[in-house]
Amino acid sequence: MSQYTLNLIFIGISFAIYIFIAIWARAGSTSEFYAANRGVSPVMNGMATAADWMSAASFISMAGLIAFTGYDNSTYLMGWTGGYVLLALLLAPYLRKFGKFTVPEFIGDRFYSRTARIIGVVCLLIISITYVIGQMTGVGVTFSRYLEVSNSTGLWIGAALVFCYAVLGGMKGITYTQVAQYVVLIIAYTIPAIFIALQLTGHVLPQTGLFGSLSGGDTKFLAKLDQVVTDLGFANYTGHHKSTLDMVLFTLALMIGTAGLPHVIIRFFTVPKVSDARSSAGWALVFIALLYTVAPAVGAMSRFNLTATMWPGAKTGETYSQPAVSLDAIENAPELEWMRNWQVTGLLGWEDKNGDGLIQYYNDKAEPGEALAATIAEQNLQGNELPTVNNDIMVLANPEIANLPGWVIAIVAAGGLAAALSTAAGLLLAISGAVSHDLVKGWLAPEISEKGELMAARVSMAVSILVATILGLNPPGFAAQTVALAFGLAASSIFPVLMMGIFSTRINKQGAIWGMLAGIISTLLYIFTYKGWFFISGTNMLEDTAANWLFGISPASFGVIGALINFGVAYLVSNATEEPPVEIVELVESIRVPRGSGAALDH
Amino acid sequence: MSDRTSSNAYWRANIRIIWICIAIWALVSYGFGIIFRPLISGIKIGGSDLGFWFAQQGSILVFIVLIFWYAWRMNRLDREYGVEE
Repeated sequence: MSQYTLNLIFIGISFAIYIFIAIWARAGSTSEFYAANRGVSPVMNGMATAADWMSAASFISMAGLIAFTGYDNSTYLMGWTGGYVLLALLLAPYLRKFGKFTVPEFIGDRFYSRTARIIGVVCLLIISITYVIGQMTGVGVTFSRYLEVSNSTGLWIGAALVFCYAVLGGMKGITYTQVAQYVVLIIAYTIPAIFIALQLTGHVLPQTGLFGSLSGGDTKFLAKLDQVVTDLGFANYTGHHKSTLDMVLFTLALMIGTAGLPHVIIRFFTVPKVSDARSSAGWALVFIALLYTVAPAVGAMSRFNLTATMWPGAKTGETYSQPAVSLDAIENAPELEWMRNWQVTGLLGWEDKNGDGLIQYYNDKAEPGEALAATIAEQNLQGNELPTVNNDIMVLANPEIANLPGWVIAIVAAGGLAAALSTAAGLLLAISGAVSHDLVKGWLAPEISEKGELMAARVSMAVSILVATILGLNPPGFAAQTVALAFGLAASSIFPVLMMGIFSTRINKQGAIWGMLAGIISTLLYIFTYKGWFFISGTNMLEDTAANWLFGISPASFGVIGALINFGVAYLVSNATEEPPVEIVELVESIRVPRGSGAALDH
Repeated sequence: MSDRTSSNAYWRANIRIIWICIAIWALVSYGFGIIFRPLISGIKIGGSDLGFWFAQQGSILVFIVLIFWYAWRMNRLDREYGVEE
């Protein structure tokens, strides 16, 4: 059976499952549409949260980010998981007790201010829309690579599918499809990883294989990897090279950004009880960890496999004990067909610069070590001959690099789509809830009937899908950089205002509004200073290099400082103005204790 | 809020538990994983050192245990103060 047929079968089956669930789990009321009637068990919600959270970036890009940087990018692993501790401890149980449907609704009620609620909506929309663009582009890329349709056809197919289950089912439909999508994506991620760990280290578990020895010897895998990459002039894999301060701040920015992402927070509104919200965050992290503890193994092992493909000597002995891979092998050998496949996509590229018929892969941007310098002189190297290796290739090409069977490749394709689609649906739900519940019901048309609101929610969902698809078809050039923007805004606006709303009775309306504005504006200004105004290249006021950053803080890490500014301004302004009314203090006291959450069920 | 005094005591106990969890959370990730890595680099784990293990695997495992411990501890606290659901 051809690879194309296999891909078609696996993707087709997974889509049929999602559509079946969508029809089975239609939403009939606003409570079902926004919060799945608060009847989702904590384990199920944990699984759905894991799929909701793990996007195309987690599935496709993260292992590659770790593969080519090593230890320094552990920040992503810790940052994107540590946020769940903050969610469980600081936000989820209290917001569940509050018992409403959207994040801006809490901000508006707690700070008795429509202005605060609308600022919350604006933040939510910027965060969720920038995030959804990335998911839609991911859907398009995966389709075009595996089903050989054009990028735009792929996108429209994906959009039609999301339309089916998100518009029909709302939170209820999305929850159960996300559970199915989690199963697909975790199988897709772990199967190739297990095969590769077995091949390289003899361990079934990639998690232990990473710290194990290479098959048939006593050499530790990581020690060998360090040696191979440093031989070729790259920075050693396990070493610490970036600034410690920026690593700490970047990890913290990812953590509080994660905890402040509205589409993740609303998932905790679906469980029946406050105690379920606490444990559900734990279950979410268990399911996330199944991928996040495999990712560093995938990164390290695929980096090793790629390097050993380029320098066959590295596999068994010294890196330079055999010549580099020949141009002839890359262009003709059946086991290197994957290189030709990925060259077509532009994600991998080679060039025989010195014309010796060999492709030498090494780091030509650093001072070469002794062995490398000798090789450069001896083979008359004119520069790195594998100049293009895209990060994303590490997960997508992984099964092919390791010569795994065709059905594994087909599963990876279905898994990539599941990761992107499940996150897109969660984001679209957050967007439509903010529009129909906070803007329409909360502001423009408070008298709207429940049926009318449900219709408004569906219409705004459909419009969001259309907008997301169009943006996905023509992604703005800055799409990649906007991730920093989404996390920066979530960290500097939504996380602090929610936390103060729960943990302080003194923060009042003025404090919340000025705090949020100060947090957002300072973060935006800092990002725009280095990335260009509204990401238009060439308009940046300072060059985006570590030497220019204020105290060495990168724009992606600035969300932490924005959050501190938010806290500080809110504290000062609140203390300079009147105390919040008594009923607000009562509200805060009531969300702090679990008893009485059942009442919210009937709301 | 019939009983403000006991709910204040409940809240103080909760804050104390949160501080304990946050301290462990910070210690394993920012501490062992990044800042104190050079201090514990003498302890070798599978081709690298303990700090590398915490940064790539250990901290995630500790996070999971922390959340479940917090959920369990808070359920007990809820019952002690009679504020459970």
